[in-house]
Amino acid sequence: MISNIVSEGKKATRNGFGDAMTELGQQNPNVVALCADLVGSLKIQQFIANHPERFFQVGIAEANMIGIAAGLATAGKIPYTTTFANFSTGRVYDQIRQSVAYSHKNVKICASHAGLTLGEDGATHQILEDIGMMKMLPGFTVINPCDYAQTKAATLAIAEHHGPVYLRFGRPGWPMFMGDQPFEIGKALPLNEGSDVSIFATGHLVWKAVEAVKELEAEGISCDLINIHTIKPLDEEAVLDSVLKTKCVVTAEEHQMNGGLGDSIAQLLARKLPTPMEFVAVKDSFGESGTPDDLLKKYGLDSSDIISAVKSVLQRKK
Amino acid sequence: MADINELKCVASQVRRDIVRMVSMAKSGHPGGSLGCADFLTALYFEVMDHDPAFNMNGKNEDVFFLSNGHISPLWYSVLSRSGYFKTEEMATFRKINSRLQGHPATHEGLPGVRVASGSLGQGLSVAIGVALAKRLDGDDKTIYALTGDGELQEGQIWEAAMFAAHHKVDNLIVTVDWNGQQIDGANDDVISLGDLEGKWRTFGWEVLHMNGNDMEDLLRGLREAKEKSRKGKPIVILMKTEMGAGVDFMMGTHKWHGVAPNAEQTEVALAQLEETLGDF
Repeated sequence: MISNIVSEGKKATRNGFGDAMTELGQQNPNVVALCADLVGSLKIQQFIANHPERFFQVGIAEANMIGIAAGLATAGKIPYTTTFANFSTGRVYDQIRQSVAYSHKNVKICASHAGLTLGEDGATHQILEDIGMMKMLPGFTVINPCDYAQTKAATLAIAEHHGPVYLRFGRPGWPMFMGDQPFEIGKALPLNEGSDVSIFATGHLVWKAVEAVKELEAEGISCDLINIHTIKPLDEEAVLDSVLKTKCVVTAEEHQMNGGLGDSIAQLLARKLPTPMEFVAVKDSFGESGTPDDLLKKYGLDSSDIISAVKSVLQRKK
Repeated sequence: MADINELKCVASQVRRDIVRMVSMAKSGHPGGSLGCADFLTALYFEVMDHDPAFNMNGKNEDVFFLSNGHISPLWYSVLSRSGYFKTEEMATFRKINSRLQGHPATHEGLPGVRVASGSLGQGLSVAIGVALAKRLDGDDKTIYALTGDGELQEGQIWEAAMFAAHHKVDNLIVTVDWNGQQIDGANDDVISLGDLEGKWRTFGWEVLHMNGNDMEDLLRGLREAKEKSRKGKPIVILMKTEMGAGVDFMMGTHKWHGVAPNAEQTEVALAQLEETLGDF
C-alpha cells in the first residue's frame, strides 16, 4: 500500500554504502577498498580506520585504480573501488572493459555522486550516461539503489556475488522509506499494486515515483509501482507480469533516456510485448549547477513530471 | 641453474613457433615477439617458480603479466613449451573458436593468462594489484611484468609508477622492452621517451639494465633484480632488444611490428632458426 510508504527522515545513499563497508570489513576478510582521493565523500573512513592494511589510496589516478582492482581480484580479493560516478565509468571505460569485464574480474565499482542531484558542482561531474555505458559491458551487473537502507543492503549483497558489479548511488540527503530488508540482485521490488499503469523507477527517482503515485491514486488512477534496483540483469518476468496487467508504462530515472532503465524496458517490451511507454529521464542534454530539487524540476525529473507522463501514456493506451 | 645452451635451444624453437604462428594466421606481431623471445624463455624456463597446472590466483608462485599483449605469439609459445597447454594448439592462433586470441585473454580459459591485454598501459596496474594481494597474504613470491617502450607513452603507466613507489611495492619486477620502435616508426620520431632511466629513477624506482638478446646477460640482470627486490623499491629493468631478433630481414626496423611474412619470407626466416624441440 502506497500510503504505508513514508519518509523516515533523510540520509544520503552514500552513507548507506559507507556503513555497509564498515560491516563488510568485519564480516569478510577478503574485502578490500580502493579510493581515488575521495575518502570523505565516499564515507569509508571507518573501514579505513578498522582495516588500514586492506585499504589502498591511489590518489587522483582512476585508471590505475581499476587495474589494481583487477589484480587484487585475480589474487582472490574482493576489491571495492570508490570515487564519483563520472570518474568510475567514462574516465576509465577502456580499463573496465579490458581488465575487468572481458577478464571477468570480481571487482565492485562503487560510484557516488551520480546524476543531477550531485547539484552545485555542475555538469562536469553530473554523469547521466553511466548506466548505459556499464550495462553495455557483457557480464556486468548494474545496480542503482533508491535509499540509504537499500544502498547498504546492496553493498553487502554484491560481496556474495562473484562477478563485476557497478553500484551507483548519490550525494544528497534523501528520504529513507524502504526500511531494512534483504537485497536480492536482479529481483524487482513491487511497492504498490495497481491496474491502470506500470511505473518502473530506479535510484533517487523511486521516491519521486512514490510521491507521484500517492497523488495519482488519490485521483483514482491505479498504479503498479515497481522499484527496479537492478537494471542488469533486468527482472524481465516482473516487468512483463506488470505490463500484461496494465498495458502501459512509465519509467523514471536520474539518467539520460538513451541507455537508461527505460531503454532496457523498451527493448524488452519491443521484443515480447509492445506497449505504449513514456520516459521520465534526461532528454539528451547536460545538467548544470543548482540545488538537487531545482535541477530535478528543470530537467523534468520531478514527481509532477511522473504524473504528467502517466496521464499522457494513459491517453495512448488502447 | 639451467645450461645456457639449453635455454638458447628453447629460444630458437620459440622463434620458429612465432614465425610459423604468424605466418599460418597471416596476421600478428612478429617483430616484438622475436625481440623478447630470449627474455620470456629465461623467465619461464629458469627464473620463475611457476606451476603449469595453472591456478588463476597465482598463490605461492611467481606470476607474470604481459602488458604489451600484441606479442601474444611469443607468450603462447613459451606457455605451451612450458606445459600450460598442448603445442598443437598453437596452430589455432588467431583463428575462429581458438583460445589463442589475437591478443591474450582469459575469456576462453587459456591456462597461463590471468588478465586480457592489448589495449596498452594497463598491465602494470594489474601486476601491482597482485603484488599487493601477495603482500596481504604473506606470500613471498615475485610478480613480473613486461611492457613495451612505446607503451610508456600511456599515462596510466606513470600513474602506476607513482603508486608503486609510494606504496613501496617491492615484490614487483617490471621489464621494459626497449627496442626503440613502435608502429609509426622510431620512438624518437613518434614521441621521444627522453631520459627513460631518469624518469623511472625520479619516480622512485630502482633502475637496472640488461641486454635482452644475450642469454647470459639476461640471467645476470634478472638475478640482480631478484636480489634487489624486497628492499622498499619497485624495480624496473630497461632491457635493450632488437625488434625481429633472430630473423635478419626483420631486424632493426619497425616495419615488421605487425605484419605477417608470406610463404617465401617464412621459408627464409625458418632457415635461420634451428628446430630444436620439434615444430607444432
